[in-house]
Amino acid sequence: MASGRAEPVIKVRDLVVDFLSHRVLNGVSLDLLRGEILGFVGASGAGKSTLARTIIGLLPKRAGTIEVLGVNLDKADYKLKRAVDRRWGVLFQQGALFSSLTVGKNIEFPIREYLRLSNRLTTEMAIAKLEMVGLSPDVYRDYPSELSGGMIKRVALARALALDPEILFLDEPTSGLDPISAGDFDQLILTLQETLGISVFMVTHDLDSLHRVCDRIAVLGEGKILEIGTMDKMLASQHPWLQAYFHGERAHADWHVTVKG
Amino acid sequence: MTAGTLLSQARGEGLALAAAGSWTAEHARTLEPLINAVTRRKRPVRFVAIDLARIERLDTYGAWLFERALRTWNSQGCETRIVGLAANYRGLFDKVRASTQEMTPQPRRPNSIIATLESVGRTMTAVAADITLLVQMTGALIVAFSRVLVRPHTFRFKSMVNHLERVAWNAVPIILLMTLLIGAILAQQGIFHFRRFGADIYVIDMVGVLVLREIGVVLVCIMVAGRSGSAYTAELGSMKMREEIDALRTMGFDPVEVLVLPRIVALIIAVPILTFLGSMSALYGGGLVSWFYGGIDPTVFISRLHDAVSVQSFEVGMIKAPFMAIIIGLVACVEGLQVQGSAESLGTKTTDSVVKSIFLVIVIDGFFAVFFATLGI
Repeated sequence: MASGRAEPVIKVRDLVVDFLSHRVLNGVSLDLLRGEILGFVGASGAGKSTLARTIIGLLPKRAGTIEVLGVNLDKADYKLKRAVDRRWGVLFQQGALFSSLTVGKNIEFPIREYLRLSNRLTTEMAIAKLEMVGLSPDVYRDYPSELSGGMIKRVALARALALDPEILFLDEPTSGLDPISAGDFDQLILTLQETLGISVFMVTHDLDSLHRVCDRIAVLGEGKILEIGTMDKMLASQHPWLQAYFHGERAHADWHVTVKG
Repeated sequence: MTAGTLLSQARGEGLALAAAGSWTAEHARTLEPLINAVTRRKRPVRFVAIDLARIERLDTYGAWLFERALRTWNSQGCETRIVGLAANYRGLFDKVRASTQEMTPQPRRPNSIIATLESVGRTMTAVAADITLLVQMTGALIVAFSRVLVRPHTFRFKSMVNHLERVAWNAVPIILLMTLLIGAILAQQGIFHFRRFGADIYVIDMVGVLVLREIGVVLVCIMVAGRSGSAYTAELGSMKMREEIDALRTMGFDPVEVLVLPRIVALIIAVPILTFLGSMSALYGGGLVSWFYGGIDPTVFISRLHDAVSVQSFEVGMIKAPFMAIIIGLVACVEGLQVQGSAESLGTKTTDSVVKSIFLVIVIDGFFAVFFATLGI
């Protein structure tokens, strides 16, 4: 699925991030290629979410450069930054839906802010996005507090997709979902990525989802990228942490034979 | 990237459309009128062919606009055809085509008179429900309190002391400042008006009685309701939102005993202390203004105050304080435990808590006034 031309949409070079007095990332370099799904793993507290949040611009960095869609975010002015902002969508771990707005208004929020379309088209697009993530249009009128965990994730994905972004950040998209819903969600991400051609940056702990969905996997540890590549490469790696992670008790034996291709 | 264009050509009863450029979200604002223009043509059409071969970029917005046009024509019994759609956009088109846009119709709104009546009715039942909840909480509190009386070691003493620090100790500076100013303003206004008929000395009577009997306690309670009542509601509300209260329940703890009782006991201790400090501060403020503005010597002020107020008027003020504290605490905790999932509900309940407790403080003050008047105090 990774397209032939390996043009990076996100280019991270020598990124250093401190959290209070503690160095979380120490020289991370990473490329997200156009149209690929990059899975991101690492021990809890290794800085996976920190890296994602730093790229999105929610956390300050100490050193290094981040280029998104060819724009260096440090040097970009407000207008350019806003233009980049609307070309990515972010799915937060807990959904982060605006609890005082209905589902429909949540999805319409970025559309209204950025595109200023007619009310009719705005509503139609919001409903279309809802249906795209596998929800009934009736959910449009519900409030986030009335939804189940899986539905919240789907609505949050619909909101992340509202502006047809080129890059999608997913922070543990399948955590807290039952295996069937998690499998559905993986499938959903896969079809959306195929039909819309989105590049996906996915932080996850879900081995199944890594295996099914991701084109490449990056492993973060000791503040650096330990290994990056396909599932085969991960399985073949001699690094003790990777060995424990991919060959541990929760890994499936059949992976060694069938690897996504 | 150039915005999309749409060329239309009528051929008898048919219509040929050729789209080009980028049909994406950022141009959707200009693309929608193009689609509207061709679908709202006066002349009926039987066949429509859309050529998408020259489209540079397409996303769900563009695809939906085409799909919408196709649906309009199809519903008019018109034959439609799409040609030249690039293979990589086929999946996108199918995804958009799968959108049904069908919502179950909402129940019809009743007319405005019925709606008004309904809202009045709902408000009345809400008031009744509020009173019930308040009574229930009082009951639960009494039960928790008697349980603690039987087994004193179960009382959350540390939690109570922690709340006491926040609602009493930390509130002292602002309470002292506010009451000082109010005492000063009372004295200034009194002197200004009483001076006209040479009665400035009676300002001391007015300030003394008013502060000790009414103003001191009511003002302090209003500030406590705004400062600590709102904090209680917000704390309990966010605990409710994050299921912390449910967690307590499942572990076999009574939230009223663990969370509500220490808070209300802290208020019952705090409000009388704050009332006393506030009253003294108000008298001090009144004294300062009488001295500097009214020219009444402090010794005169003190001896006059001694004659004007009795211990009884001080007692009348102080006896009200714990009752006010209970009301503020009860309302704050009831509202906090009613918070639902949304951020908005937390805000509404906090506002409700402050408004209702201030209202009830004044109502109770009125009851006490009637009560003491009947007793002739």
